[in-house]
Amino acid sequence: MLHLSDIWFIAIAVLWAGYFVLEGFDFGVGILLPVLGRTSTERRALINTIGPVWDGNEVWLLTAGGATFAAFPGWYAAMFSAFYLPLLLVLVCLIVRGVAFEYRGKRDSDRWRLGWDTAIFGGSLIPALLWGVAFGNVLHGIPLNAAHNYTGNFFSLLNPYSLLGGVTTLALFTLNGALFLGLKTTDDLRRRANALAWKIGLGAIVAGAGFLAWTEASYRSPGHVATGVVSVLFAAVAAVTLIGGVLGSRLGREGYAFAAVAVAIVTATGALFTALFPDVLRSSVSPAFTLTVGNASSTAKTLALMTVIACIFLPFVLLYQGWTYWVFRKRISVPGSSAAAPQEVPPAASGPAGGAARLLAPGDVAPHTEPGKPAPTTAAR
Amino acid sequence: MNVLELSRWQFGITTVYHFLFVPITIGLVFLVAGFETAWLRSGDDRWLKLTKFYGKLFLINFAMGVVTGIVQEFQFGMNWSAYSRFVGDIFGAPLAIEALLAFFLESTFLGLWIFGWDRLPRKVHAACIWITAVGTLLSAYFILAANSWMQHPVGYHYNAATHREELTSFVSVMTNPTQLVTFPHTIAAAFMVAGALVAAVALWHLIRRPAGPDAVSQSSGAAFRSAAKVGAITTLVAAVLTAISGDIQGKIMTKYQPMKMAAAEALYHTSKPASFSLFTIGSLNGSKEVFAIKLPGLLSFLATGSFSGQVQGIDNIQAQYSQIYGPGSYTPIIPVTYWSFRLMIGVGMLAALIALIALWLLRRSRLQGNPAGLNLTGGKRRALLWSAIALPLLPLIANSFGWIFTEMGRQPWLVFGQMKTAAGVSANSAGEVLASVIILTLLYGGLAVIEVGLLLKYAKAGLAEERPPGSPSDEDKPLELVY
Repeated sequence: MLHLSDIWFIAIAVLWAGYFVLEGFDFGVGILLPVLGRTSTERRALINTIGPVWDGNEVWLLTAGGATFAAFPGWYAAMFSAFYLPLLLVLVCLIVRGVAFEYRGKRDSDRWRLGWDTAIFGGSLIPALLWGVAFGNVLHGIPLNAAHNYTGNFFSLLNPYSLLGGVTTLALFTLNGALFLGLKTTDDLRRRANALAWKIGLGAIVAGAGFLAWTEASYRSPGHVATGVVSVLFAAVAAVTLIGGVLGSRLGREGYAFAAVAVAIVTATGALFTALFPDVLRSSVSPAFTLTVGNASSTAKTLALMTVIACIFLPFVLLYQGWTYWVFRKRISVPGSSAAAPQEVPPAASGPAGGAARLLAPGDVAPHTEPGKPAPTTAAR
Repeated sequence: MNVLELSRWQFGITTVYHFLFVPITIGLVFLVAGFETAWLRSGDDRWLKLTKFYGKLFLINFAMGVVTGIVQEFQFGMNWSAYSRFVGDIFGAPLAIEALLAFFLESTFLGLWIFGWDRLPRKVHAACIWITAVGTLLSAYFILAANSWMQHPVGYHYNAATHREELTSFVSVMTNPTQLVTFPHTIAAAFMVAGALVAAVALWHLIRRPAGPDAVSQSSGAAFRSAAKVGAITTLVAAVLTAISGDIQGKIMTKYQPMKMAAAEALYHTSKPASFSLFTIGSLNGSKEVFAIKLPGLLSFLATGSFSGQVQGIDNIQAQYSQIYGPGSYTPIIPVTYWSFRLMIGVGMLAALIALIALWLLRRSRLQGNPAGLNLTGGKRRALLWSAIALPLLPLIANSFGWIFTEMGRQPWLVFGQMKTAAGVSANSAGEVLASVIILTLLYGGLAVIEVGLLLKYAKAGLAEERPPGSPSDEDKPLELVY
């Protein structure tokens, strides 16, 4: 018999899984920015693959956070205050990264763009690592006292299992970013993204398999056989889809590869949450101090209200977010590369106004994306 | 400083900062949507130019609002975990619903709007910005309902066994009388800011770059005239609505939070009628008042609707609360509440006055046969230029003072009558919180410099000639770069 609090445990798992899939690949694109984007224009093309969607992807995090607050106030309070410094770091990253996307193209200066590119790289890499470390610690247990207050410090969070979790999310997100770029770019960028996906994929398989095996061996809630079995099944599906996705990418099946790795991220998240259940945040001091679905949840009334609202509105969110991906389904070419359609360039308006307007006027691209420079061609490299 | 003080400073800094961007976002998205709709309906190019011009300013501002908003949602758990445990059953739901209903709408449809100029049919494209606008209102409603619940808790009961507040009626929380006046007041104030911003940038161009005889500069001048007029009218209408809603809010506040009303005037003894002082020189602790200009009966009117009504004084309420809630101070920091209340009203009224003068000047120059500029010279020109530069800052400052007043005026309560601020703070170390205060303040300061620099750059750039957006039916065309 499922209680409402169990349903909300599942709902929060789903929100985190959605967040890891969606922002996972846009973190990946950010991490690969200096690797794949050899010129400023290439980096611009990479950023534009996630341009219309990254902000919507990030809302999955806000919704997961808000839902945790509403459905499990005890969990929200203990987890967010315990992970104080890591979360501060994540916040700083998400702030500079979000601003960077919006501001990067707003001044015509190489230093300006390079600065924001660095912000996007760091702002993507650090959270991609820290989310894994944080979830590793949720399963591993942190020093929580009887009042569910954290008694450790920053270094209490650095244990091998959690660090492997961090490496796993970093590798998975970067892999998914590479696969996404394989789907969304053309020509040379596309070839290099796919080639890189193979290398990252091998690393992701090693880290992911190790982390999931360790989770199943040591971190399943004792005495909860049914969810424990489900967790093993999830981990198995994650392993199969991850390996399949990496192989698929090698065979040039870009769409299948991306979908398979997305499934791997969802099922790996499922494996973690089912291994955790019915705990929500473990105490390493005493099992008695562990927060569980039972002792951290809101009242049935609040949970029922949230259930009704989620059932009505979440389908709409999925529909219109899906629609965005459909509208922007086309690949993005580096201006000047062979596949980019030649664009008619209207005469620039007088003064600085011309440069300003084009930011909102897609259509004329190459000549003034990087003014003062010849449009780079991929073939020339 | 201890953890409590540091956490309060952090919340204050991050929230006031966040709310510099929020009112601009809320008001400007509607004005930009209006410009785009005007272009769709009239086909007049000037509205397309204005859409794109103010759209850029909107986006520069929106980015800051989004990223600073993430901090807001996280820091309840990070810095105020005891509070989060205590009220999560009630307070968490509006935040979760805000994300689900509003943030997804805003972020997704704004992405479509930014990148969809050439990919969406024009009406669908305009619909995207309207949906974003609705998203900002939904967001404001839920977060203000959460805040109003802290000012005047309703629809809950206290469970002594679990030591937490539990929801009894979500409808009551959403229709809290405090919320029903706070929402229109906040939204109207947001429109004051955005209208002032639109008018100010347009006025700056009209004054600094008077239109020459050529067609391009005539059309640019005419477009900025339209923008100045729309902006000034928006500011004026919004100012009237802000005043009306604020007046009702005063009466609701007097009913549920009488201490806040007394603190707004530094009124120590219950008075009938009570006067309102424009300003006071000297101490505000009730001991020695050097000089004050007082308007008789005005506080009575603000609080009760009658110039002869009785207003309770701080000392009287303090004595009464000590009886109900036990010994302790129930008085906020009076100079803060006293001055923030006055500055909110005074600075906001000044903005409305400038908007009125600007409207009058625009009308006069049109009657004098100059439809693409302002007929001003010398000192008057300079005065209007400086007034225009001050124009958007004034309602923005008034917004900040309004929030400082309402939040500081609630002290020492975190949730009025239920939980004191000191009881809500996390068990963090002072070092951690000090680190986050410093890091966030420095980061916010740096970003403010960058953001204002960009706003000025794009505001000064002026209108660009716009091609009509491309046809969405051109399926073979690859996606273009926008960022």
